[in-house]
Amino acid sequence: MKRELLKFAAFAVFVLLLPLLFQGGYLMNVLVFVGINTMLAIALNLLLGYAGQISLGHAGFFGLGAYLSGILTVSYGWNPWQAMPVAALAVGCLAGLIGFPILKLKGHYLAMATLGLGIIIYIVFNETIDLTGGPSGLSGIPNIALGGVTFDTDVKNYYLIWGFTLAVVLFSINLANSRVGRALRAVHDSEVAARVVGVNARILKVQIFTLSAVISSLAGSLYAHTMTFVSPASFGFNFSIELLTMVVIGGLGSVYGSFLGAALLTLLPEFLRAAHDYDIIIYGGLLMLMVMFMPGGLVRGIPALFRKLFKPGGGAGHA
Amino acid sequence: MNCRVISFLFAAAALLLSADVFAAAPIKIGALFAVTGPAAFLGEPERNTAKMVVDEINRAGGIKGRKLELVSYDTAGDATKAVQLATKLIKDDKVVAIIGPSTTGETMAVIPVAEKEQVPLISCSAGSKITDPLKKWIFKTAQNDSLAVGRIYEYLQKNRQTNVAILTVSDGFGASGREQLKAQSAKFGIKIVSDDTYGPKDTDMTAQLTKIRGSQAQAIICWGTNPGPAVIAKNVRQLGIKTPLFMSHGVSSKKFIELAGEAAEGVKLPSGKVVVADLLPGSDPQKKSLLAFIKDYQNHYKTEGDHFGGHAWDAVMLIKAAVEKGADSSSAMRDNLEKIRGFAGIGGTFSYSAKDHAGLGKDAFVLVEVRNKDWVIVK
Repeated sequence: MKRELLKFAAFAVFVLLLPLLFQGGYLMNVLVFVGINTMLAIALNLLLGYAGQISLGHAGFFGLGAYLSGILTVSYGWNPWQAMPVAALAVGCLAGLIGFPILKLKGHYLAMATLGLGIIIYIVFNETIDLTGGPSGLSGIPNIALGGVTFDTDVKNYYLIWGFTLAVVLFSINLANSRVGRALRAVHDSEVAARVVGVNARILKVQIFTLSAVISSLAGSLYAHTMTFVSPASFGFNFSIELLTMVVIGGLGSVYGSFLGAALLTLLPEFLRAAHDYDIIIYGGLLMLMVMFMPGGLVRGIPALFRKLFKPGGGAGHA
Repeated sequence: MNCRVISFLFAAAALLLSADVFAAAPIKIGALFAVTGPAAFLGEPERNTAKMVVDEINRAGGIKGRKLELVSYDTAGDATKAVQLATKLIKDDKVVAIIGPSTTGETMAVIPVAEKEQVPLISCSAGSKITDPLKKWIFKTAQNDSLAVGRIYEYLQKNRQTNVAILTVSDGFGASGREQLKAQSAKFGIKIVSDDTYGPKDTDMTAQLTKIRGSQAQAIICWGTNPGPAVIAKNVRQLGIKTPLFMSHGVSSKKFIELAGEAAEGVKLPSGKVVVADLLPGSDPQKKSLLAFIKDYQNHYKTEGDHFGGHAWDAVMLIKAAVEKGADSSSAMRDNLEKIRGFAGIGGTFSYSAKDHAGLGKDAFVLVEVRNKDWVIVK
């Protein structure tokens, strides 16, 4: 555990010092979104990587958080600090209610059910025009303010978002190393075996699904107050798939893997922009290569690559 | 060591200064278009046109000796990406003005960035809430939906077809059209007897049309972009509905006639003048611009220019007009744009003012009808 804390401290220092490199540039703006996507990838990873339950509808929870925060602040004049927890609570209740029937399903059926859930939420955003503004979106969402400081620039937002992200990272590491984390992995490997040793798999799955939705909702609220605008297109099926890709590319069952996956998938398109019309091909090609040669994700693949490069002959086996 | 650092700094400073003194440095214009993704039918002609016009201006020696440099990015129709790229254009590329984005959703997302960084943005999307309420740094070239709705209602009022059925697509374009159709109906004495929507990817609308057939409607107004309206036109034929069918300006391109085939005959719609440019009387102020745009586009891309490309043509030309009046900074650009009056472009004759950043009147639209696979102007 002490080693984990040291690792986290190093990560936190890295995150806090990073803006010094990009003072003012637009990459700061992209790094804000890396933070949001890291939260989302961790949320999905808790469900998929630890508990082994797939969700293709996480963009829906993300969107619900964003819209609830947006509507409560714009239409009802709430303070963002009130709107965020209320949104998270509401999304948590919804996820808990839906979780019971949905998580009885397994494999492809669970994938289909969560996919459907995501699409239904997306349609609601589009069709309830009086409430959400419909397809052309909801604008004028206020920035978050704290003790006289309004988070209205990229640098300020960076520290706000990453403050939350680091909290989620720390919480998730603790969770993964606790009794609950071990129970989750047991459910992942064999639900029957887990139940035999006294894990209430059914309740546990609903709990982790709810937690995952709450973190996603929080990320959504932060997104809304950073962008000051939300529209349904950002919370569609494509984004659910992108989140899934982040988790798989980064490394299933690894909190830092989620960060690597989110960082890569958010930053890569920005760097490939120089390749103009070929960027999509290169992007797709790179993802394919990574899945083929780093099946454990970046978090395991990169160290393995280093060992191979720098310790010829003796590398493999010493994990 | 120190000496070297100092001499290097001097050299760097000299370089910076000379760049400043060098008057012919190009004026950087940013562009955000949805070249890929679901809105590519807007973004692609827009980007092509913007490139074409900027190249032409530069080939002719630039504007008062200064060339334009276009920095164009693809937003893929995604609001988050549009915001990131707008930030990139402003902070890294240091553009003085931005053209685009292509869709209303993206534009609404980018507006806070442009307002905060004080860079003029000329949107190529139609939503009326972009410039209403007025925002200091935001302009637009695409015609407001309200003008298109007005054109149809005016015609219906004149022909005493006051009971209408509306069928709108459930995306940004359709939602905005539906809002306007409902909002303006009272003003023209129109009664909406049936109000239905369809999904952007639906392939059969007979259910909605059967319902409309049973209503008192004297006209059907469909609001959407290809391919939905073509399906509706075909379904209307199949069901043998004789009620006249009206479409929006969202389908005023040859593509619609191709998709709907025979079923397009007799369909009426409000359209920018670009599709009927050669039918316009010589006295029309826009005719010269329209014919030039159509010819250029044909030469460059071997295909017909449409009014989507026209939005980008107007945006670049408006910037050109502002630069001609001596603007090379963001704030001067904004002030000069606001002073533009009577600029005859593709979308209409633009007259911006401190109270109006959309700049078009209802003469921006003509009502056209499909006859023999081509457009004719309805008088």
